Amino acid sequence: MFINFFFDLKQASLPVSLKEYLMLMEAMNKRVVDSFNVNDFYYLSRSALVKDERYLDKFDRVFGHSFKGLENSESETEKEIPEEWLKLMGQKYLTDEEKKMVESLGGWDKLMETLKKRLEEQKKRHQGGSKWIGTGGTSPFGAYGYNPEGIRIGQKESRNKKAVKVWDKREFSNLDGDVELGTRNIKVALRRLRKFAREGVESELDLDNTIKSTAHKGYIDVKMMPERRNKIKVLLFFDVGGSMDAHIKICEELFSAARTEFKHMEYFYYHNCLYDAVWKDNKRRYNENIKTWDLLHKYPSDYKVIFVGDAEMSPYEITYPGGSVEFWNEESGETWLTRLLNVYENAIWLNPIPERYWDRISSASIIKQIFSDRMFPLTIEGIDQAMRELNK
Amino acid sequence: MKFEGTSSYIATEDLKVAVNAAITLERPIIVKGEPGTGKTMLAHEVAQSLGAEIITWHIKSTTKAQQGLYEYDAVTRLRDSQLGDEKVKDIKNYISKGKLWNAFESNKRPVLLIDEIDKADIEFPNDLLLELDKMEFFVYETGETIKAENRPIVIITSNNEKELPDAFLRRCFFHYIKFPDPDTMEEIVNVHYPEIKKDLIQEAFKIFYDIREVPGIKKKPSTSELIDWLKLLMTDDVDAKILREKDPKKLIPPLHGALLKNEQDVHLFERLAFISRRENENLE
Repeated sequence: MFINFFFDLKQASLPVSLKEYLMLMEAMNKRVVDSFNVNDFYYLSRSALVKDERYLDKFDRVFGHSFKGLENSESETEKEIPEEWLKLMGQKYLTDEEKKMVESLGGWDKLMETLKKRLEEQKKRHQGGSKWIGTGGTSPFGAYGYNPEGIRIGQKESRNKKAVKVWDKREFSNLDGDVELGTRNIKVALRRLRKFAREGVESELDLDNTIKSTAHKGYIDVKMMPERRNKIKVLLFFDVGGSMDAHIKICEELFSAARTEFKHMEYFYYHNCLYDAVWKDNKRRYNENIKTWDLLHKYPSDYKVIFVGDAEMSPYEITYPGGSVEFWNEESGETWLTRLLNVYENAIWLNPIPERYWDRISSASIIKQIFSDRMFPLTIEGIDQAMRELNK
Repeated sequence: MKFEGTSSYIATEDLKVAVNAAITLERPIIVKGEPGTGKTMLAHEVAQSLGAEIITWHIKSTTKAQQGLYEYDAVTRLRDSQLGDEKVKDIKNYISKGKLWNAFESNKRPVLLIDEIDKADIEFPNDLLLELDKMEFFVYETGETIKAENRPIVIITSNNEKELPDAFLRRCFFHYIKFPDPDTMEEIVNVHYPEIKKDLIQEAFKIFYDIREVPGIKKKPSTSELIDWLKLLMTDDVDAKILREKDPKKLIPPLHGALLKNEQDVHLFERLAFISRRENENLE
């Protein structure tokens, strides 16, 4: 019945499964929502198919797309925009010049007729431009012309007063995984990396084991176990200065989220590319830097490495000795990155620049290659994927 | 059985559909949302409106799935055996029933609330997969199978501290309670304080939604905090005029302790108050 809708959802890479689809069918079968009201169906399918608020916005979009035109069946709510109203509106908002233009077209009646005709002819949505019907254009008619969220003309199915549908409101847009937001979301994404393990001093009483052992041996035999801890250890490298200034806020958020999430976390700053030294305090970067060699020796290979940077620089800064814009580097950035990757098996690069631009920036492509494609966008979705990658 | 909201709880249309789907299909429903949007309250209200018994299982970080089924008290049995107590012969005396068992046993369809499931270990939901799906489990000590006669209405709340496993989610309905818009909020407030003055509400709402919009605020005040704050305003008989006051010295709303729960947020407000005062002085 709604197979196409289901596949549309799949196509939009929403994690829906057959089980959930069958659940929805069962609910429809049992008449959970009584009438054939499209709003109720929207609520029901949303509740059955979406299991994470991150996907709500995507779901709304797919739903709007799949069931376009369906709301027309609710004939009671459909009403033509009263002509009077349009006239009034027009008079209020049109400039004298535009009014003259209206007159030149044969006055209001003629115009309304043309409008109706256009509506019939025009099946596709029109946006921009200076045609008569559409959205965001220079025409006095069409959506956003005089009422930003009210009446839309230009789309046949939106001639009713209730132009804004529930799913078109996109109330969940800021929960979408592709959209960037505050630390709480980042924390949730970072939590993927959590790995609890019992390690260290045996300080807790293992009750179950004690009982088992006691019953087995016939005398009280106390068993202890170590406390559970998050054993993930992380090295974070932040690019600072230059082109990264535009991304300071998101980096701060990532940093503060990571600080609370990981107990064993070390952070370092670098500029553009990794060379022979990094630093921990930007004010004293020239006096108190840390040799990259020392770093590679100090932290064992079970640390996971996260690089944060836009990878936007001249390709020479990566591939040639002496390419750095700040000092004479004896060895190329590529050498240093490869060295680091040889020590730490789990390493990824987070890039605040949207993924679609990476191919156009040659330095980003080079770094992506060095990292064997483990470069992810700095969005919730990207962090999520990155954490999965690190967990492998 | 149909849930239509109650006189003390405003349920939005989408919430009702989700809850009714879960009731009809006898599947759990997971409710998420900002803290204080009435997730836990929902279960109580559903129980009340259906006239069902409510069984609450609060989850802590140490809660194990097994505790929801039953626990076998081996230590007491060991002690009893040494004292030669007659009880020791029947193992049933040492099995204490968990919340799930209670719910399964109930002869009228109950509401089972599993509160804050995300507090528990990451594997916790997986351990309950079969039990919630089939609504039955096996007691190894006595060799009996406990099967639900009336499948309980299971309502699970989560605060998003941990992600829930996909296999678990697939078996549930899901609802995200979004933060209520001012209209819904007014209904909610009316349900709690029918006698509240209209103008007080208006001014209070304005302040409340303004606070939520302040950039950089750490903990946004939620519905339950608004309700508490209004209660304080009413008991102190604060006049709407005071709330309307534009005196920058009083930028921090009266009785703000109910709304701002975080020291940093209070500081933030004080700082904002200071800045606006300085600007005003400059103007003069």
